[in-house]
Amino acid sequence: MDTTLILYAVASVGGIGLVAAVILYFVAQKFKVIEDPRIDEVEQVLPAANCGGCGYAGCRNFAEAIVKSGTLEGFFCPVGGNSCMLDIGKALGLEAEIKEPMIAVIRCNGTPANSPAKAQYDGVKSCFVANALFAGEGGCPFGCLGLGDCVAACQFDAIVIDPESKLPVVNDKCTACGACVKACPRNIIELRYKGKKDKRIFVSCINAEKGAVSRKNCSVSCIGCGKCVKVCPHDAIVVENNLSYISYEKCKLCRKCVPECPTGAIWELNFPPRKEKTEASVAETENN
Amino acid sequence: MNLKTFKLGGVHPPENKISEAAAIEKTALPKTIYVPVQQVLGAPSVPVLKKGDKVKTGQLIAKGEAFISANVHSPATGTVAKVEEVTDTSGYRKLSVIIDTEEDIWEDGIITDGALAEECSLSAEEIIEKVKAAGIVGLGGATFPTHVKLMVPPDKKAEILIINGVECEPYLTSDHRLMLEKGKEMIIGIRILMKALRVDKAVIGIENNKKDAVEHLQELLKNDSQIKVQALKVKYPQGGEKQLIKAISGREVPSGKLPVEVGCVVQNVGTAYAVYEAVQKNKPLIERVVTVTGNVSKPANYMVRLGVPVSYLLELSGGIPESTGKIINGGPMMGKALNSFDVPVSKGTSGIIVLPESQSKRSAEVNCIRCAKCIGVCPMGLEPFFLAQLAEVKDWEKSEANKIMDCIECGSCMYVCPSYRPLLDYIRMGKTNVGKIMRTRK
Amino acid sequence: MSKSNLTVSLSPHIHGEQSVKKIMYGVVIAMMPALLVSIYFFGLDAIRVTLISVAACVLIEYLLQKYVLKTRTTIADGSAIITGILLAFNVPADLPWWIIVIGAIVSIGIAKISFGGLGKNPFNPALVGRVFLLIAFPVQMTSWPKPQAIFSPEIADAITGATPLGILKEGIKNGMTVQQVFDMPEMPKYIDLMIGNQGGSLGEMSAIALLIGALFMFWRKIITWHVPVSYLGTSLLFAFIFWLIDPSMYVNPLFHLITGGMMLGVFYMATDMVTSPMSHKGMLIFGAGCGLLTMLIRMFGAYPEGVSFAILIMNAFVPLINGGLKPKRFGEKIEKIK
Repeated sequence: MDTTLILYAVASVGGIGLVAAVILYFVAQKFKVIEDPRIDEVEQVLPAANCGGCGYAGCRNFAEAIVKSGTLEGFFCPVGGNSCMLDIGKALGLEAEIKEPMIAVIRCNGTPANSPAKAQYDGVKSCFVANALFAGEGGCPFGCLGLGDCVAACQFDAIVIDPESKLPVVNDKCTACGACVKACPRNIIELRYKGKKDKRIFVSCINAEKGAVSRKNCSVSCIGCGKCVKVCPHDAIVVENNLSYISYEKCKLCRKCVPECPTGAIWELNFPPRKEKTEASVAETENN
Repeated sequence: MNLKTFKLGGVHPPENKISEAAAIEKTALPKTIYVPVQQVLGAPSVPVLKKGDKVKTGQLIAKGEAFISANVHSPATGTVAKVEEVTDTSGYRKLSVIIDTEEDIWEDGIITDGALAEECSLSAEEIIEKVKAAGIVGLGGATFPTHVKLMVPPDKKAEILIINGVECEPYLTSDHRLMLEKGKEMIIGIRILMKALRVDKAVIGIENNKKDAVEHLQELLKNDSQIKVQALKVKYPQGGEKQLIKAISGREVPSGKLPVEVGCVVQNVGTAYAVYEAVQKNKPLIERVVTVTGNVSKPANYMVRLGVPVSYLLELSGGIPESTGKIINGGPMMGKALNSFDVPVSKGTSGIIVLPESQSKRSAEVNCIRCAKCIGVCPMGLEPFFLAQLAEVKDWEKSEANKIMDCIECGSCMYVCPSYRPLLDYIRMGKTNVGKIMRTRK
Repeated sequence: MSKSNLTVSLSPHIHGEQSVKKIMYGVVIAMMPALLVSIYFFGLDAIRVTLISVAACVLIEYLLQKYVLKTRTTIADGSAIITGILLAFNVPADLPWWIIVIGAIVSIGIAKISFGGLGKNPFNPALVGRVFLLIAFPVQMTSWPKPQAIFSPEIADAITGATPLGILKEGIKNGMTVQQVFDMPEMPKYIDLMIGNQGGSLGEMSAIALLIGALFMFWRKIITWHVPVSYLGTSLLFAFIFWLIDPSMYVNPLFHLITGGMMLGVFYMATDMVTSPMSHKGMLIFGAGCGLLTMLIRMFGAYPEGVSFAILIMNAFVPLINGGLKPKRFGEKIEKIK
């Protein structure tokens, strides 16, 4: 083995490498993109889901927009939530709005028991296609078709079709990014406040047909009778087009409307069970 | 005579014309009829009657207000029971006028004698007005308002009127019987249409599985120099507008354009007959020939008033069979499966086909095996497997670039696919979305 | 009058009754004559190789789909059986069973299932398996047992030898002329080549048996004439030109037709619908490319047999061919004029 040969080889390759490094350094310096370093700081804080729920094209785009605008007003990352916006505020020295956390809510209770199938759908598993074909197996033209366009749109595995009820069910992973809302061809899904301790009350129906007509197809449809409006002490309910709607901003979760509804269309989620009115407890309240 | 045809694609489904020997039967009216106010490929019409109003046969009950819309007239005499939503052929509940029927009393002006009225001295504009007032739409199934089709834009010129007597869908025979039994009236209707379009040439295209109709019409037209009969090779979808124009005139309608671009206007034989009745007898469109066929004990062709429920017709044909899986409004290749037995007959109902349960379900789909059979049969020269793939992944831009809007939804691709892929379901979804994008772009 | 629920679906509501199963099993039937010929010449070995190959392919597809990918199993559609038979047709009859299994794992596991199953594979699975085995086990894959016809009077001891193409290549390399190669006793006579009395893999035996199967597939409309005609035509033309130039260096075209995997490749592997182009013009280009490459490898390349490599290389070009040759649309001509 000729040691000089080895030395020449090492020296020449090393020399080429050194020259290349120097060239690359100067080129990198010349073509460097000057970016506000705060964009990187903000991006670090973001959850990197790139879901588009903020309304921007990915997390970096969101960070750029915030830094450019200089204020946090109108910006919200639904995945990161309030804690994330506070962190961004700390990093930039800005005030963060505290927003009420939201969650996707399915406003339909057309299970096979409530809305029995009057026809059978045979075709591509797409709500969009079925919606163009007919009103649905249960017959309600506003009801959930159960074919899972919302499930396909969700990037967080937060929504699944329950095999028994044939309806989508939203779980804790929901970040309220809004993808499922856009995917549903019948606008059944709505983003509402998550509520204190996850409690929320809403009308689980969006059928705008007259009560007699909607009840023919589904036994738990809203008939627009208005009893809920009368009993609500917070003016949170409005009946329009044969349909009742509870405003999630005004609702104080007092639960008065739920037992009033004659069809059971109003749902209360995650509440403790009601106390049964026994004779003893009625007497108790009368004595007090 | 030599048979003409279109070159690109096509399939040969079994013809099953089991009702072709059944002469057209008139039907009595059921006690209640349900007349939808939207029976046109356009805007719904506005009802002009309300509950309790008395109505005569042929009286206007809904007015077509928009440009692409059509009048609807009462198919019966009686009292308006309700004006409310009824499930119609769209699969949804749509506004309809529900009438409790009585014995026919015809609206003033309608001529009910069966005499052949040969002469028409109206001008082109007057004819089009009468066609519009009578609420005539294309009876081939597309239900496009006829008066709009007859109004040729000033920068285009119509040269030939092509009459569509092809009836390429399996099972359907209503046009066949109409040509055999009402040939004379239909020919007068054709002459009226020619006058409205200001053309002096008309060709009636008939598929060669209806040789008796070809011969009958040729006999009736033997001294006519302006109207000709052209027999066509039996191939689906010969009845498609573009394919028919290509076969008869050799011209190809460019992508995205209307037939009048190449100087042709196409009308169905049923429409020509309805035009005769409207212009010569002042009778609006209130009835049409409907083929009831498939798994029924008595396949037949009925002259049905609009608004009659499908269940009534099925009873006339021997009752709803035990094993009924599907009821199709139209033909098996392009018709729509109904979700209820009580859907009323409308202007677009050319036939009712009953399929037993064994023939009603699709087979399970598997991967596309790239056999290219779909490309071989597409009459528009498209690549259905590719368009379906693009629509599945929601790539609307590429879909539009690959001319998904050229698709005529004939179903040939799905018919031959060995993998049972729901090509047309996806392509329709793609067309809807691309159409939306194109409209918002304007 | 029963009022059971109606089925609601979009049109069309009728179907032409073709199915993947019918196509696949049609191909299997078409390969039966060749299989019978190979059993005649190689006896139990042929049955052994074919059975192991088919069983391995089907089993591997089942196990991968059910336990690894956890999707629907598709062994019933017959495509795994075809890959098994084709793989068996491409290997020597005395190949050890474990090599066959490895070949099946590569064919099904790598070339088919990992791409997404039937319809999604860009390369012909059987050929991928064969080429892999050729490169990984060159010795076992190039020692071809001599056919021992069951009813043949000469029952020689089990000997192995080269295929006719191999003999030719060696001879030419060693400076012999074509005529001298043919005079060698190892080189079978033409009649032997036609009916299959030659060294080679199971499927390379009888051109006539393969042709019968191909005619069956034509009749059933499983394959069209475009790929076979352009493939054979280009190969024969190429061979013919060179044979005219120098008959002592280049053998005549007929020899090329009936030796090696030409007939098998042309009718059964190049025509595979998944890996060949989707337009007729594309198929002609594909076939021509295969023919050219096959001949180049056979005449000027290092390997005596070029069919496998040629088809695989052209498989790689199929997306380009498909993308560049879109079908002519209705009304397109007029648009261009306007």
